[in-house]
Amino acid sequence: MLETRFSRRSILKSGAAGFAVATLPLGFATRAVAQTPVILGVVYVGPRDDFGWNQAQAVAIEVLKTVPNVTVIEEENVPETDAVTQSMESMINLDGANLILGTSFGYFDPFMIDLAKKYPDVQFRHAAPLWNDTMPMNLGGYFAYLNQAHFVNGVAAGLSSPTGKLGFVAAKPIPTVLSNINSFLLGARSVNPAATVQVIFTGEWSMPVREAEAANALVDAGCDVLTCHVDGPKVVIETAESRGVKCCGHNADQGPLAPNGFITGAEYKWVTIYQMFADMLAKGEILPNVVVGGYHNDMVQNSPYGAGATPEAIAAADAAMAALKEGKPIYVGPLNDNQGNLVIEGTMDNYDPVLDGMNYLLEGVIGSIT
Amino acid sequence: MTAGMLTTILIAMLGGAIRVSTPFMFVALGETITEKSGRINLGLEGNLVLGAMVAYGVSYETGQPWLGVLCAGFSGVFLGLIHGLICSLPRVNDIAVGIAMMTFGIGVAFFFGKPYIQPSAPRLESLPLGNWSDNPALRSALEINPLFFVGIIMAAVIWWMLANTRPGVILRMVGDSEPSARAMGVNPIKVRVLATAAGGFMAGVGGAFLSLSYPGSWNEGLSSGQGLMAVALVIFARWNPLRCILAALLFGAAGAIGPALQSVGISQGYYFFNAAPYILTLFIMIASARSGASAAVAPGELSIVK
Repeated sequence: MLETRFSRRSILKSGAAGFAVATLPLGFATRAVAQTPVILGVVYVGPRDDFGWNQAQAVAIEVLKTVPNVTVIEEENVPETDAVTQSMESMINLDGANLILGTSFGYFDPFMIDLAKKYPDVQFRHAAPLWNDTMPMNLGGYFAYLNQAHFVNGVAAGLSSPTGKLGFVAAKPIPTVLSNINSFLLGARSVNPAATVQVIFTGEWSMPVREAEAANALVDAGCDVLTCHVDGPKVVIETAESRGVKCCGHNADQGPLAPNGFITGAEYKWVTIYQMFADMLAKGEILPNVVVGGYHNDMVQNSPYGAGATPEAIAAADAAMAALKEGKPIYVGPLNDNQGNLVIEGTMDNYDPVLDGMNYLLEGVIGSIT
Repeated sequence: MTAGMLTTILIAMLGGAIRVSTPFMFVALGETITEKSGRINLGLEGNLVLGAMVAYGVSYETGQPWLGVLCAGFSGVFLGLIHGLICSLPRVNDIAVGIAMMTFGIGVAFFFGKPYIQPSAPRLESLPLGNWSDNPALRSALEINPLFFVGIIMAAVIWWMLANTRPGVILRMVGDSEPSARAMGVNPIKVRVLATAAGGFMAGVGGAFLSLSYPGSWNEGLSSGQGLMAVALVIFARWNPLRCILAALLFGAAGAIGPALQSVGISQGYYFFNAAPYILTLFIMIASARSGASAAVAPGELSIVK
């Protein structure tokens, strides 16, 4: 079946457009000609207005639509399966896309790696720090370290919680999620050394009923501040608000959903990255293979404080933000995981690649990754 | 495991049973009506999702959540009628049409549901029945939505009607033996179309519960297959409306096990515990399908039985 699909596409491509065959290699891959039309394909794992990850991406992508000569085509609700290969191939073959942005973690390996090998004239960029120089050069990654904003969440939560028992609804135990949980804990412990973070994994990026169950279970266990790392935090935030506990947001500003209990939230500032992309595309430059950032280069931010944040919390969180902008490290050893093993000996830079492989929950986190 | 942990888990399971069971209950009751007429409508997942979207949209636009529930029911009637009418054509397989209707319902809901993902709509108020207790977890578990009681009453009414009333007997006759129904002068097609529409109504109302009560917001991952599970529950409940209630409660309670265990610190193996409802259903299906009793009560005209 695959064979037929590809051959049909190839026929379409060669038949319909000598244009595509002739201009694409000349234009983009040789990186020379400014004003070459860029057809940018963006693929999302969920709906573009999910109050979370996808929305944060989609809002920022708008910047790229304002660049002359850039046409943006988007597809949403594409699962992290072979479906993403099909979506991207149809963008390349049918729409003539020469730059593809895959915005979900699971798109990368093996789907985007294989596509980058198969279409060397098309540029691929993926929203996670997974690229390394053994991979095709027309592939790359861009990422912002949201754990820095979760650290600030933790500082504010630690001073806004009467009991110091914080709850975290998490999707899957991948390094990015674990780093957010650990940073949230370290933020809280920096102001309240007795604070704990109880984590419940739902196992899925989007599973509203189980997220609501997890949020209820955390409140029943005595947590009085909830936060989460799932694709659409709306359910967790609304459940926290209806149970009368405070909450911290994730991915987008959820302040309006919790007028009584919202403290602050961790948000990406994708617009910084996409504005950079837009400027480079306007000049006809090729995008870098690796773009990473955090507070120091304005790639993450915290949501405006809500009614749940106490004055001390606001002051401490503002100070924490200022320190992160100066590069103050979050992971300062020695730190043990919650099994008692020493996992971080010395002080880690906030962008140390070792942290990208995080596979533990620190002491103070109640929960298990298996 | 200490007594306190056990209490926490039991309260969580009680709360989960009450919170999570209602959509299963409505879909399973609807499917019972449809299957009693000799048709299988696998498309109720579509009704559930469309119902959730319609209820949320109507509640947001009008500020009347109960009007949303009603409209959700009629969106289910719409899908049910399409299914019923297509399946009335000669040589049409109801299972295949059901799968098509599921995709159709979900697609329509996603298409029209885009503008309603962001806004917050007025929800259905729950009844605070736990105010006598000073345990906050128990009070929260006993915040019960009126639709939960509506579902239980509907189950009793359907059970009574099937056993004791003329429409109930006609429905069962059409489902068990089409020739007998024809001999009695009953038009089986008409009965089946009506039964599928009624089943669709119930599933639509179940969807309204998802978006207007628990978890209480509309988004595209809302149902994640609950409509399909509910159809399986009907077989487990052996086409008995009262057992549908039990099955739905059991399924809801099992779903609460995963998060509850993690919340008391038993966090190893959460993937396994999160799968508890499905594992449970699988075992119950095996157990109940092996007993001859299940086959004996299955409506004789069902395409999977014939």
